[in-house]
Amino acid sequence: MRTLLTPFGRGRSGGRPSRNLVLDYRDDLRIFPDRWARVGLLLLAFLYIYLPTQQVSDAGLRTLSTIGVFAIGAIGLNLLTGYTGQVSLGHAFFIGVGSYTAAYLGAEMGWPFLVYVPAAALIGVGLGVVIGPFALRLRGHYLVIVTLGLIFLGRHIFNNWTSVTGGNRGTQIRGADMSVGPLDFSGLELFGTTYSREQSMFFLVWAMVAIAALLAKNLVRSRMGRAMQAVRDRDLSAEIIGVDLARTKVGAFAWSSAFACVAGVLSALQIRFAGPDDFGLFLSITYVAIIIIGGVGTIFGAIVGSIFVVGSEELINENSRSDWLGPLVSTGPTDSGWLSVGELNAVLFGAFIVGFLLFEPRGLAALWFRAKAWFLTWPFSY
Amino acid sequence: MSALAPVLAVTGTELVQNLIGGLALGSKYALIALGFVVVFRATGVINFANGAFVLVGAYMTYQFFQTWELNFYLAIVLSMIFGFLLGIVLEAIVLRRLVGEAPFTVIMVTIGLLFILDNLVTAIWGASNLNLGDPWTGSVVEVAGVQVPHRDLWAMGFTGVVLCGFLLFFRYSSMGLAMRATAMDPEAALAQGISARTVYRVTWGIAGLVAALAGTTFATGTGNLQPGLGLLALAAFPAMILGGMDSPLGAVLGGLIIGLVQQLTQLLAPEYMEWAGRSPEIVVPYVVMIVILLVRPYGLFGTPEVRRV
Repeated sequence: MRTLLTPFGRGRSGGRPSRNLVLDYRDDLRIFPDRWARVGLLLLAFLYIYLPTQQVSDAGLRTLSTIGVFAIGAIGLNLLTGYTGQVSLGHAFFIGVGSYTAAYLGAEMGWPFLVYVPAAALIGVGLGVVIGPFALRLRGHYLVIVTLGLIFLGRHIFNNWTSVTGGNRGTQIRGADMSVGPLDFSGLELFGTTYSREQSMFFLVWAMVAIAALLAKNLVRSRMGRAMQAVRDRDLSAEIIGVDLARTKVGAFAWSSAFACVAGVLSALQIRFAGPDDFGLFLSITYVAIIIIGGVGTIFGAIVGSIFVVGSEELINENSRSDWLGPLVSTGPTDSGWLSVGELNAVLFGAFIVGFLLFEPRGLAALWFRAKAWFLTWPFSY
Repeated sequence: MSALAPVLAVTGTELVQNLIGGLALGSKYALIALGFVVVFRATGVINFANGAFVLVGAYMTYQFFQTWELNFYLAIVLSMIFGFLLGIVLEAIVLRRLVGEAPFTVIMVTIGLLFILDNLVTAIWGASNLNLGDPWTGSVVEVAGVQVPHRDLWAMGFTGVVLCGFLLFFRYSSMGLAMRATAMDPEAALAQGISARTVYRVTWGIAGLVAALAGTTFATGTGNLQPGLGLLALAAFPAMILGGMDSPLGAVLGGLIIGLVQQLTQLLAPEYMEWAGRSPEIVVPYVVMIVILLVRPYGLFGTPEVRRV
């Protein structure tokens, strides 16, 4: 039996069927099952080059990079919540740990990028291994509340471990190394062209998103990933067919927090600041909202969800003085308006979470799957 | 007490004073925890929106008392009735559709409601601290040299009354019996002719009612009425967990323990726990909760979940 999963379909041998048929298990697991997936990949690669170099302003690029950062964190949360079924409200804590790692190891100690990013990921793994065992002893609701407690504990630590975190005033991140080999992402120079910080950041963040997505996708179609999904569907049955619950749950926590820490590093590098107030319940809920809106248990759902959530936030920010939002939103103490921008955001957030869970619990990903199925089976409806 | 006092860096009176303060704080937590427990018992849902109910209740009391200038006690009753209606309406619009869904879904929906309601409250009443202006603030009862604020007495009294009310209600009223039956096995309860719909609706109503009372007790005092109350209510989670999520008596005991621990930490930390950093009393409830959960995963008085294959 071949154990290696080939990323691309059969077909190089000629004799291609009119449609890619799923003949065995390996076909089902393929990441890029057909021509269209490869076309899509090319399109994404094109956008990756085209967007920062031609089209988008620096502010727009900053938003896009933020989306990327959130996407990485959300992929991590999706591994834990979407694939393993362990609900965590403590994701913001791990993001915070990543941010402070970048601040301390990257900016303060001056470690190179290729050392402090893996270090952050390892710290994440370590924390996941420490927190994970709680999931063995506590189930469902109890776990949710313990992870909620994690946020408050984390905030206390961030506030008080002044030598590392800068206390409640937070810490600036200046001059952290951002070079990968010859590429310095704090101001990229490539083939004689110099790129701005925003452009370089975009390249860095979205390359990391691609790596994270590929890593996660490969993880969920491996033995570990199948074990995770079995635990999600019913942990008792999983245990009976021989899935090691302890290993799987702790492993899921470790992976998830490693992703979160890397997202935290990138977020710190982008906004060049880490403060204890940023890593509260609201950030955790943002991440949960992202995976709900994007689609629980899909990798690309995490990315789509980030685009939706961060994008809508940005949209409100930009239009807060416009004709249609202006009367509703107040931008300052002198502006007459009903809600502040942050409040409107939070209300919309709540409404999105409730609305999606009521009417489209599988999120935006489900819309895509439904559209795809409709075209694939056309003219039949099944 | 006074024998212990010389060992500690506080006087006996100070200690007693703080113990009473802790009990008062604890009984406020207990009130919130009771709201959590009543919903969890009947529907198996952790109701994050309870924090919002607390907030809305506090502000509605303010609205009735200060803005519409009604009698203070009447204002509390009206606010509780409003809380009851709010619970019923939310159940009818949103939560009824989620009966039988996974816990994750329901928890997230209640969190969504929490965000919506919290921010609507801020939008309506503003973000600054308000004075509830209750008649209890400032007056104290002096017992043997120990000063007990009036509002602490009221908080403890309310908790006692609500707890007794719960125990009697669940034990003797037919609605309480229906709730217990539904909690135990919804299908069997339905087969006995119990309307699960009514049970769920009344449950959410009661949660809103108790939360309004809890919010009012938290809002008493000077400048204590502020939007942060909604998140403060989350600090009652350790209380609920500590007692086990389905036991009203446990919730009250859990609340009292958390209140005492918090108050004593605040008193003793500057002296003995310098390593714990500034204001460790904020996180102490969570630490206590985690430790207790590791020893007893279903809390002190909770029903262990039996897993059958």
